[in-house]
Amino acid sequence: MTASPHAAHLAQLNVATLRHPLDDPRMAPFVEMLDPVNAAADGAPGFVWRLMEEGAADATGLRPAGEDVIVNLTVWETQEALWDFTYRSGHLEVMRRRREWFERHVEAHLVLWWVPAGHLPTVGEALERLADLRVHGPSPRAFTFASSYTAAEGVQHLQAVPPAQPEQAARSARPAPGGGAAAV
Amino acid sequence: MKDIDAIAALQDPVRRRLYEYVAAQGREVGRNEAAEAAGVARTLAAHHLDKLAEVGLLESSSRRLTGRSGPGAGRPAKVYTRARAERAVSLPARDYRTAAELLAEAAEQAGLDAGLCAAARRRGEALRGSAAPCGGLEEAMEMLAARGYEPHLEGAEGTTGAAARVVRMRNCPFHAVAERFPPLVCGMNLALLEGLLGTDGPVRARMDARPGECCVVVEASKNNRD
Repeated sequence: MTASPHAAHLAQLNVATLRHPLDDPRMAPFVEMLDPVNAAADGAPGFVWRLMEEGAADATGLRPAGEDVIVNLTVWETQEALWDFTYRSGHLEVMRRRREWFERHVEAHLVLWWVPAGHLPTVGEALERLADLRVHGPSPRAFTFASSYTAAEGVQHLQAVPPAQPEQAARSARPAPGGGAAAV
Repeated sequence: MKDIDAIAALQDPVRRRLYEYVAAQGREVGRNEAAEAAGVARTLAAHHLDKLAEVGLLESSSRRLTGRSGPGAGRPAKVYTRARAERAVSLPARDYRTAAELLAEAAEQAGLDAGLCAAARRRGEALRGSAAPCGGLEEAMEMLAARGYEPHLEGAEGTTGAAARVVRMRNCPFHAVAERFPPLVCGMNLALLEGLLGTDGPVRARMDARPGECCVVVEASKNNRD
């Protein structure tokens, strides 16, 4: 966790539907890139947090959006920091080969939203944002790189966010350093 | 400033040499250095550099080049870098950028990465013609420079002993569409360069993205580490 002067942090969720199980040889190149790419995320400028399964090095074992859907939930200080990591680091190579490993999504598969600095989003919260984007299109509540909103535009919404619920507090109590940062 | 006026400012040969020199350095350049590189007097260089900044082709700022500060440090020097804005003129008017963006958007939505990369690889091979795969990094630099990539040599990071050299590129010729659809367009770019340089010769292209540069590096094949 990086000490940050930013009042708001950018949360990011993306979901990817696997074409084959992770232990299938055809997925091996992707699986091999998980650790180095996640390590790059952890060391990237502006990185704050990524979701990890308890006792695991990443979040690929969690399947909250479907048996064959892996999720990647991260928090960043700024949108630029997230963009540079996603598209201007070793992560781009994972993105480039996405069609080999993941089904093409007809609906939005990546969502961004602002959270108060220090808040670690839950998977449930993240999936709600994705659903919001899919139903209502981009808004300050849920947007994409191509249709982004500033933290200031998100402030109005931040103020409307209720205090963390017990479930969120429990998850926040064990923020793990590092998790499934391989966004696709 | 209209693009055509900015570009017209390069008609003066001295001004053009100064612009090309500053653009090629990829860093801030002072007046003395630019004057020396263009082979003209400092005052003449200063005049032309300021003109280039005025039309928006260069950006200027003030900096103490000596690293000293406070009284006695002297006046800050004026330094120049290439402006990031793109300038283009087409006569008669053409708009290939909108076409490229629309085609890329459709290809992204339809998931046509593989087909696009196959087309890019074929185009790269066609550009190379019947020539053998690129023979070395120097030849690669020439080929890349001819296509506007602005290549420069760099010692590879993380190597021990004699640093392995890699060619990095300051300019992405597909910048505007690459920013909007990075995996699709950067993948296309890599495939194009693989076709152009060959994949079974002494050099190879591979993806190694960094902020502010082309996503591909070219290196000697024997240095493959993965």
